[in-house]
Amino acid sequence: MISLDTLLETFKTGSGLWNPLVWITGMAIAFLIAYILRGYGKKEYKEKTEQTKSFLSGNPEYEKEKMHIKGSNLYWGFMESLKWFYKIFNKMHTGNVTDYVLWFVIVMGILFLLVGVI
Amino acid sequence: MNIEQILDTLLRHSPALIVAIPLLGAFLTPLISKINDKVRNVFVILTILATNFFIFLLASDVFAGNIHTYVFGAKNLSIPVVRILFEVDGLSAFMAIIAGILSLAAVIYSWSFMKENTGLNKFYTLMLLMTAGMLGMMLTGDMFNFFVFLEITSIASCALIAFWTNKGKAVEAGFKYIAISAIGALFVLFAIALLYAQYDALNIAVLANNIQYTFLDKIALVILIAALAMKAGIVPMHMWLPDAYGRAPASVTLLLVGATQASLYGVFRVCFTLYGSQLNSTLRNISGTTITLNSLLGTIIVILAIVTILIGVMMALKQIDFKRMIAYAAVAEIGYMFLAVGAGLTTLGTAVSMNALKGGIFHIINDALDVGLLFLVAGAIYYATKQTSLNNMGGLARNMKYTTVFFLIGLLAVAGMPPMNGFASKILIYESVYQVNPVLSIVAILCSILLLAVFIKVFHSAFLGPEQPDLKDVKEVPKSMLIAMGLISCIIIFFGLFPELVVNNIVQPAANALASNTSYISQVMGVI
Amino acid sequence: MIYNIPFIAVAALVLIGLYAVVFKRNLIKIVIGITLIESGVNLFLITLAYRQDSTAPIWHGITASSNNVPFMSLPVPHALTLTSIVIGVAVLALMLSLVIHIYRHYGTLNVNKLGGDEE
Repeated sequence: MISLDTLLETFKTGSGLWNPLVWITGMAIAFLIAYILRGYGKKEYKEKTEQTKSFLSGNPEYEKEKMHIKGSNLYWGFMESLKWFYKIFNKMHTGNVTDYVLWFVIVMGILFLLVGVI
Repeated sequence: MNIEQILDTLLRHSPALIVAIPLLGAFLTPLISKINDKVRNVFVILTILATNFFIFLLASDVFAGNIHTYVFGAKNLSIPVVRILFEVDGLSAFMAIIAGILSLAAVIYSWSFMKENTGLNKFYTLMLLMTAGMLGMMLTGDMFNFFVFLEITSIASCALIAFWTNKGKAVEAGFKYIAISAIGALFVLFAIALLYAQYDALNIAVLANNIQYTFLDKIALVILIAALAMKAGIVPMHMWLPDAYGRAPASVTLLLVGATQASLYGVFRVCFTLYGSQLNSTLRNISGTTITLNSLLGTIIVILAIVTILIGVMMALKQIDFKRMIAYAAVAEIGYMFLAVGAGLTTLGTAVSMNALKGGIFHIINDALDVGLLFLVAGAIYYATKQTSLNNMGGLARNMKYTTVFFLIGLLAVAGMPPMNGFASKILIYESVYQVNPVLSIVAILCSILLLAVFIKVFHSAFLGPEQPDLKDVKEVPKSMLIAMGLISCIIIFFGLFPELVVNNIVQPAANALASNTSYISQVMGVI
Repeated sequence: MIYNIPFIAVAALVLIGLYAVVFKRNLIKIVIGITLIESGVNLFLITLAYRQDSTAPIWHGITASSNNVPFMSLPVPHALTLTSIVIGVAVLALMLSLVIHIYRHYGTLNVNKLGGDEE
């Protein structure tokens, strides 16, 4: 094991934050704080009444099988905010083989201009 | 004759045997399939195992530092060089290892994945032909031979993509693939004819020795790079890739990944070896800063790569078909390889360049394994549930435990988490590209995080959650598919735990082969 | 000037073939466009072999050491062109059989009506 002096030296450098001992100590302190906060919770509650059911902002809760979020609804917020981006790119990906060759000719033309001029 | 002499003879003939054995096996398969189905499957697996034995034998000698040449039709080389030459240096042996592993996994997987289909004789014949074509593309030292093997690979792949002819979509994807491949290959032939017209040689080493950067050479360079990049899936010419990858059977997609990377190998061979002597020539002097050929070419490649990574990842986020989503992620991963090698080309000759080349080349094998594993898992889910759309799946982790574990390994590897192999190559790419330009590294890290988001979406909607009522009785997939997926996962974890071993022994010779082309040329010209 | 006409023909064939592939909507016309490009490249390869006042590179009845050996054009591009023609035939056969399958499934040969149903 290394001596205490060299260990203290590593904290002074810019990358002392990445020392494993620092991280383990930090995680232990975080767990301690979380445990203390958990102790502030109420211990008396009635089971199997309204108090233990999940709250969905007033919406009715279906059975388990229908509550699974399917693939296309998963990242709804992200897709909505980038709708302008996807409108352009959907128009580009048409699916015709003629457009694929058109892109090839365009890229070859741009490369000709670049390599020919410079 | 003791073991030493036998091995020595086999080593001397191995470049030819590596291409000849799958070719012979492909033509014998319809005859052998008249006996029995099982005998045909065992014969195909034995052929691929023999090919892999020769590949590893050759690779172990090439990585020790010797470049092997094999002359077809004569005992030795002579002036003028008119024979067809196979020249195997570090990069060729590296790509041949990838092709060997991918073909072995594909054939083992197809044993039970394609069992209920008819016409399997033609399937295995075409698979062996495609393997022979891929290996020929990677080992050859002659430009016209490269064109011939490129066409063999595209014709065999097209027939395999359109294999499920009862569905209209697969046939249409096959038509798009062959139209794009034919046009790309014809332009490659046009460029090869231009080079032949000027220098009266088709051999890569002889061309590289004599090349000057005239006007016709510029045209040939642009056509070669554009056509081979289109076959490799660089944006904006990438649109055939999701169609072809998404509608083919899963084991065929695994081999298609290898064929795409063989075209990428073609781009690197043209840039670094064929035009290697001219890379340091100054083109223009604009007010103090000299523009050399390698900086211009490297900048073009880096710009194309950044666009590829961005558009590949963004289009992957909105797909709902399982395999199409993984195909767009494969497009983004090709962008990473291109980025690293382009950054290495821009700063050719410095220490940064060697790190970038090593990162890019290491990423080739990592990406082939990771994306291949994900495609195999997608095929396993299609086999078990007959669904391809993510809207109809859910809660599959309860019944298909092994498949879930393999998908987790593939997910972590693609996103670049330690201890998988994706982390090792991606951190090499980030660190070396950062020193070329910080913006490139920022874009690369951002898109790596978005790739993680893409696959978390797939993982949640397919595997997690409660059990769907119409998927209640799915069973685990048969053993041979699990063996193929397990083989690739073992290699992924091994590369992730010991990346130092892999980089020093396998990747370093390939990077040395790219950094300078003098040993490639002197192997042929020094004999004369 | 007259010796440049084959090269102009090559450029014209390749450009007309590219126009047919990019701007036409019928699948058969796209296949014909690809064949035109292939014909152009084959013509380019053959044109490279020509030397002025030369004959075909075939030895008939004479050896290398006899007198009046005729002046021959280069044989290597002829071999390359033969290989390319054979590959072109295979690709054309494959493309046309796929077009037949597509017509049977979709009932139309219009490229706009075929794909793009999934994104």
